[in-house]
Amino acid sequence: MKEIEFQYQSDLHQEGEIPSDIRTEELTLNMGPQHPSTHGVLRVVLQTDGELVLQATPYVGYLHRCAEKIAEKVTYRQFTPYTDRLDYLAGMNNNLGFALAVEKLGGIEVPARAEYLRVIFAELNRIASHLVATGCYGLDMGAFTPFVYCFREREYVLDLFEAVCGARLTYSYITIGGVREDLPDGWIGRCREFLDYLGPKIAEYNNLLSYNHIFINRTGNVGVCPPDLALAYGLTGSCLRGSGVKWDLRKATPYCRYNEFDFDIPVGRGEKGTVGDCWDRYFVRIQEIGQSVRIIRQALDKLTEGPTQAKVPRAVKLPAGEIYYEVENPRGQLGFYLVSEGGTSPYRLKIRGPSFCNLSVLPVVARNCLLADVTALLGSLDIVMGEVDR
Amino acid sequence: MTPSEIIEVLKQHDGAGIVSAVADGLHPHVVVKMDRLPAIAALLQSDWRLRFDLLRCISAIDWPAKNSIELSYDVISTSFGHALAVKVLLDRANPQVESVSVVWPAAEWHEREAFDLMGVTFLHHPDLRRILLPEDWTDHPLRKDYPYPVAYKGLKLNP
Amino acid sequence: MMYVPERPPVEYKGLSLAIVRLATKWGPAGISLLLRFAWGVFFAAIVVLVTFVWAVRRFINPLLPWFIRDVVVVVGLLAFVCIVAIIGIWGERKVSGRIQSRLGPMRTGAWHGWAQSLADGLKFVQKEDLIPRDADQPLFRLAPYVALVPAFCAYLTIPFSLGWVFRESDVGLLFVLAMLAIEVLGVIMAGWASNSKWSLYGAMRAACQLVSYEIPMGLSLLAVVLSVGSLNLIELGRAQEGGWFSWLIFRNPFLFLAFFTYYIASLASCKRSPFDLPEGESELVAGFHTEYSGFRFVMFFFAEYVAMFAVSALATILFLGGWNSPVAGLCSPLWFVLKSAFLVWVQMWFRWTLPRIRIDQVMHACVKYLLPLSLLLFVGSSLWQLYDNRAHPAFEGFAGLLHYVLGGVGLLLLGLFFAGAGYGYYNRNRLVGSMVRKHLPGA
Repeated sequence: MKEIEFQYQSDLHQEGEIPSDIRTEELTLNMGPQHPSTHGVLRVVLQTDGELVLQATPYVGYLHRCAEKIAEKVTYRQFTPYTDRLDYLAGMNNNLGFALAVEKLGGIEVPARAEYLRVIFAELNRIASHLVATGCYGLDMGAFTPFVYCFREREYVLDLFEAVCGARLTYSYITIGGVREDLPDGWIGRCREFLDYLGPKIAEYNNLLSYNHIFINRTGNVGVCPPDLALAYGLTGSCLRGSGVKWDLRKATPYCRYNEFDFDIPVGRGEKGTVGDCWDRYFVRIQEIGQSVRIIRQALDKLTEGPTQAKVPRAVKLPAGEIYYEVENPRGQLGFYLVSEGGTSPYRLKIRGPSFCNLSVLPVVARNCLLADVTALLGSLDIVMGEVDR
Repeated sequence: MTPSEIIEVLKQHDGAGIVSAVADGLHPHVVVKMDRLPAIAALLQSDWRLRFDLLRCISAIDWPAKNSIELSYDVISTSFGHALAVKVLLDRANPQVESVSVVWPAAEWHEREAFDLMGVTFLHHPDLRRILLPEDWTDHPLRKDYPYPVAYKGLKLNP
Repeated sequence: MMYVPERPPVEYKGLSLAIVRLATKWGPAGISLLLRFAWGVFFAAIVVLVTFVWAVRRFINPLLPWFIRDVVVVVGLLAFVCIVAIIGIWGERKVSGRIQSRLGPMRTGAWHGWAQSLADGLKFVQKEDLIPRDADQPLFRLAPYVALVPAFCAYLTIPFSLGWVFRESDVGLLFVLAMLAIEVLGVIMAGWASNSKWSLYGAMRAACQLVSYEIPMGLSLLAVVLSVGSLNLIELGRAQEGGWFSWLIFRNPFLFLAFFTYYIASLASCKRSPFDLPEGESELVAGFHTEYSGFRFVMFFFAEYVAMFAVSALATILFLGGWNSPVAGLCSPLWFVLKSAFLVWVQMWFRWTLPRIRIDQVMHACVKYLLPLSLLLFVGSSLWQLYDNRAHPAFEGFAGLLHYVLGGVGLLLLGLFFAGAGYGYYNRNRLVGSMVRKHLPGA
């Protein structure tokens, strides 16, 4: 059999040199692409001195699927399923971002019912995504039970999604001009039932995990990211709000009728340690689940009758121009920089993945922490490699 | 501040460096000269009226027709809420520009991606190497004249 | 173009070939026959064994029966230990399932998947024996045995009831602790010999943690030993023959606290959550036993459950009355097994509720809190012993009063436990939430 030879060149020597006076029996540890707690195919090379991590270097690109190059070849409608697969845990939000970018550039007006439905599904997907983040974070910390509870709740959300569009993970439901299908009968009742059911469950997660003394010891004062560092490294979403910066695109530059809803922006206050530690970022997500429940209830009340799709031609042709449009994803701000030359495909589509920027802060924050803290950090940054690598 | 006001502030400070500006429309931007970029970036970040503290995205667009590569720096201010884009046109044969990672460290990874996929060299970047593609990949895929690879290390690839 | 490893074809030769041929020819029929007459075979074996022992006693060397008795008891202990491990694994999966609002194994074996462990054991036995090429071959092969055998040896001096002990020893307690300490060597060997940095991390963490927590464990037990005055486990059990009130845990407040410090230290010593960093699943893949697969892994797995039961057995004998029933007078090995099983169940309960503690916090907890506390308890208990006698009647009265108070506290804790369980059971439909209730079978 023929073995493929791959010359691997370690380029660690290109990194910043470690001063020689602390070179005592270091171990280069490879938290490889396959690891239970790297949340996907992420490789982190750690230089450790015992349990102390001196340097952490992330290597990404294992999930690079050339989405931006593909966008130049397919039409706008054909690209919607590709957006599902960027941050595969928040498909609805990705679809929403791309659809809004295309609609703004093309001047397409979306009917009111479609906009309210978009809000409902985006927020439901935010709940599902934060449940995964919470459960997996508990799992990384060694608490196996919250993982199962969170996924049980997420099953109900996925059942709601499956009822309306037939898919559980990659929906392609929010398309250019509106949403693909209208709600089936009884869906609103089921959704309200789920929202009533979820409220006490959040209190349960707080009792089981958030206020658990061991969990607070593992995550409080760990991986502290001060607000100026967070802004400097382009952190957005829960990571930025966990560092104390009250910045949410749904309030700052409202899109899709978010200005009609009444909700709060939870911000990290350093309750269990310092502002910007892992516990703050984690707890912001828990609180955001509650806020999403509020938004969905208001949206269900405001839901009007009407068409769910605007009259958009089958072959979507956009006028020449460009736009950079961002939406607030569960993981941060997802941006689409769309350059159109007047054809049926984009001339250039650049996707700004929030996890890509969130991950760039890892080498800075992981310095001089313990090996077990790297796991806590990665879990609190809540990255999805589909977004990092596109 | 509206985009036109922001552009006014920029022109006051460095009128010569700004090639053109578009204040209205979907994507308000200024086009600056390549060598004035670091100064303008520092101004955007530090000026008390502007305070653009969050670098959202650095996009590289290939214009073979104009024989240039365009870089678009999208920035936003979390203090004031206003947004702007700064564009730079680089020579397609040798695209080089100064890195802005001293102003916004977020640029480190964005610039690595632009280098990786488009081939733009950023001077004085702390660690300029490929980020998404393997270390030994040749050529830059997002260019319009990118030759699709036929084989990678003995593996035949579908064109 | 893909890298496909070529497997060498397996060829049986000689005796192995004969066995394989025999098994494939008579195997299926043979196994079904055996299962059909399983109970018959079992009783026939007992009858044969008893007859054999009687015959040997009557006709052959008078010492031989004792030797045979030893062999029989050891085999029985092995069987008990294996059953403990098997039921422990099955119980862990059922308990974890119930805590996580799911059922656990339900299919293998008609009743609640009781045969799951057997099925897993069979699966592991027929797996490929994979040893990393760069691993330290002798140490890698030796490590599982060094982990499992001492854990089993600890049972040699543990009495299950009066007269139900392999060897009654005047230093029985010390022997058990020593055996449990040898297990640490097996863990470190496994981590080192795997030639993997992740295993090495597991081994180093295990080394710190297990060795450090031996100290508060031993000190808490020594407090009890000073109260009774003997390291002999039978004596320790005999001192608690007066019903639940005479159990050593209630004798003085220092011993009451010593039970809890011993229990926590024993959790750490068994590498159980929240102290399961050496095998930290989310961080170190599988810690020190990452590179082990197949039967070698089963040995580590067994060793964990065997050690769990052993430390629970120690806690039972020293604090909770051992084989004595809560009502004075009755003693039976069944009480011993029930109490130890309860403590094992509490260990499982902790595992599925609590997150993992970081290694520096583990050492911090040991050296800064548990160690001074257990020293304090040791000194306090010995001083209490000094004054709790007829020469100091005032103190004796006070001690008696405190004995009642502690008994009350114990009853209160038991009551709280049952109240909580009852509340949960009574409201089991309401607490779980409307949507879960709708999806339950029979809803």
